[in-house]
Amino acid sequence: MLLESKKVQYTHPGQKTLAFPDIRLNHGESILVLGKSGSGKTTLLNLLAGLLSPETGTISLAGTKLSELKGQKQDLFRGKEIGIVFQKPHLLSALTVRENLELTHFFSKKEGQNLDKLLAELGLTAKAKSSVLTLSEGEAQRVSIARALANEPKLILADEPTSSLDDENAANVIELLKSQAAKIGAALVIVTHDQRVKSQIPNYIEVESL
Amino acid sequence: MNLFKLSWKYLTFRPLSTGLNVLLLAMGLAIITVLLLMQDQFEKKMTQDAAGIDLVVGAKGSPLQLILSGVYHIDFPTGNISMEEAKKLTRNRLVKSVIPLALGDNYQGFRIVGTNHDYLNLYKAEFAEGKAWEEPFEVVLGSEIAKKSGLKVGETFEGSHGISVGSHDHEDHPYRIVGILSPLGSVVDRLILTSIESVWYTHDEAESEEVVIESDSLATELPVAAAEEPEIHQDKFHSPVAKTGFPETELPREVTTLLLQYRNPIAAVQLPRQINSGTSMQAASPSFEMSRLFELLGVGVSLLQGLAFVLIAISGLGIFIALYNSLKERKYDLAILRAIGASRIQLLFLIFLEGIMLTFLGAVLGILLGHTFLWVVISQNDQGVVSTLQAWIFLKEELWVLGYALGVGLLASIIPAWSAYQTSIAKQLTKA
Ligand SMILES: Nc1ncnc2c1ncn2[C@@H]1O[C@H](COP(=O)(O)OP(=O)(O)OP(=O)(O)O)[C@@H](O)[C@H]1O
Ligand SMILES: [Mg+2]
Repeated sequence: MLLESKKVQYTHPGQKTLAFPDIRLNHGESILVLGKSGSGKTTLLNLLAGLLSPETGTISLAGTKLSELKGQKQDLFRGKEIGIVFQKPHLLSALTVRENLELTHFFSKKEGQNLDKLLAELGLTAKAKSSVLTLSEGEAQRVSIARALANEPKLILADEPTSSLDDENAANVIELLKSQAAKIGAALVIVTHDQRVKSQIPNYIEVESL
Repeated sequence: MNLFKLSWKYLTFRPLSTGLNVLLLAMGLAIITVLLLMQDQFEKKMTQDAAGIDLVVGAKGSPLQLILSGVYHIDFPTGNISMEEAKKLTRNRLVKSVIPLALGDNYQGFRIVGTNHDYLNLYKAEFAEGKAWEEPFEVVLGSEIAKKSGLKVGETFEGSHGISVGSHDHEDHPYRIVGILSPLGSVVDRLILTSIESVWYTHDEAESEEVVIESDSLATELPVAAAEEPEIHQDKFHSPVAKTGFPETELPREVTTLLLQYRNPIAAVQLPRQINSGTSMQAASPSFEMSRLFELLGVGVSLLQGLAFVLIAISGLGIFIALYNSLKERKYDLAILRAIGASRIQLLFLIFLEGIMLTFLGAVLGILLGHTFLWVVISQNDQGVVSTLQAWIFLKEELWVLGYALGVGLLASIIPAWSAYQTSIAKQLTKA
């Protein structure tokens, strides 16, 4: 198993405890995380990314237990092995498109993918040297996907990557995530309540608040 | 891509705020740099020019003026003293040596100083060309004058009466240049040296030929000598001048200033009092008068220093506010950096780097501005003490300025950096 989460629970301060269904994913497999608003989908994603630590249960990626890594080691592991696509692109506006991608190589200390090739695959070659402030929303989201892929991670997490996109762009983004994940053999977890996505990825789990 | 480059990108992403803060800091540091440079060079010059001179004796008046005119050749002389009285001092057992000076003329604003060869030795003068004066009207040029006027050994020029430019010229007795000194870095570079006799004879002529004496009342008038026999006249112009001590003369003559060296420490206590109360002359100690002057200047200096520190404090605050504000906008960026593998420590560094780079720029700019400012001031003054300052000498103290600036940057970044360190990524990224 590449990604395995078992009996994971988490409680936000002052909130009731969230319990999550187990996830098991192999190389190249993808899964949707569905659920009502406020059910804890983003929380689960943060747990899988090691941005939060579960109270009980374990999450392991490629044989490494996330909860056993601490501080700098965990940050580095995340940088190397996990790519995250956020709901909004959140690109660093002081940098150009390519520089945004270069950052991932610097911070993860990993060689990663050839950035020019990656940009070409995502149709962003012409924008490589542009400031991210000049991008359209769809382009920006594609750059943020490129950023998640730049290190050839083992796990790709995406939190509502399509919510602000039109039908065509939404379909493209999911297709892109699927094909890229398959290409580098990564597991793909997409959080969404976007009905359009379900047709593209049949495999899903549902998060319910207890 | 690395942390340096990233910090730099963030700085240049807000050029106005960055520019303003850098400029503010640079202004403050420029003032400090100028003060440092001036203080260092003035003090060095002042002590260097007064080295070997324990006491200055001249006409009664302001002691500071006596020192400024007699040693540094800045102010106007207080007047003249009779040579008879001056000569008596040489016999005083407390006096080791006396160098007489006769002032009163200039060439294009450079002072012509009548003295003897002891003066050359006092400043350890060396000749770049030619030799010392032997006869009346032979002169030796300081290096700076030679450079500025372009005069060469063998050429002649006419002095003007008075010690500043614009007075009338002595046309009858041109000075002949027999030597040019190597640069000494002292007051001598700006002086034209000749024998006391030259100064006397010039004025003899001026007085007997011209009835009208110019209104320049500050200029030192050397005395009218009695009309002389023509043959003596011819003779004395070609007889060798005194190379040490006072010149021989049958006429009552005057000199302007005496530079004295004490024989022993007791002299420092007794001699000034003896001269000030026992004679019609005045004695002043260069070191005492200069420290008094610096004390007076000190008020202005501390005022400027205060202003500089206020500027630096404001810029420090500006940097803090800029970093802190940009941090609010950048919380997402920081969270993203963490998400792609940056550690807390790296974010801490990132913010510190930004503050430090900002102040480093300010410091470098400030130091350069300070030097440039001094350079402008110097090039505006081509005579006088200021012109002898050097703008592009760098002092060890300037490293302190740099360190000080970096300290400000560090201080201003502590809180923003700490808050970057504390940023919780999960919370930040979940926020809509
Ligand atoms: N930092 C926090 N502090 C306290 N409560 C939190 C915090 N973050 C989330 N919660 C609460 O935890 C619950 C789950 O939040 P989460 O963001 O995971 O929901 P979600 O399923 O992603 O919702 P949505 O579909 O609206 O994005 C919500 O009730 C939320 O109010
Ligand atoms: Mg959510």
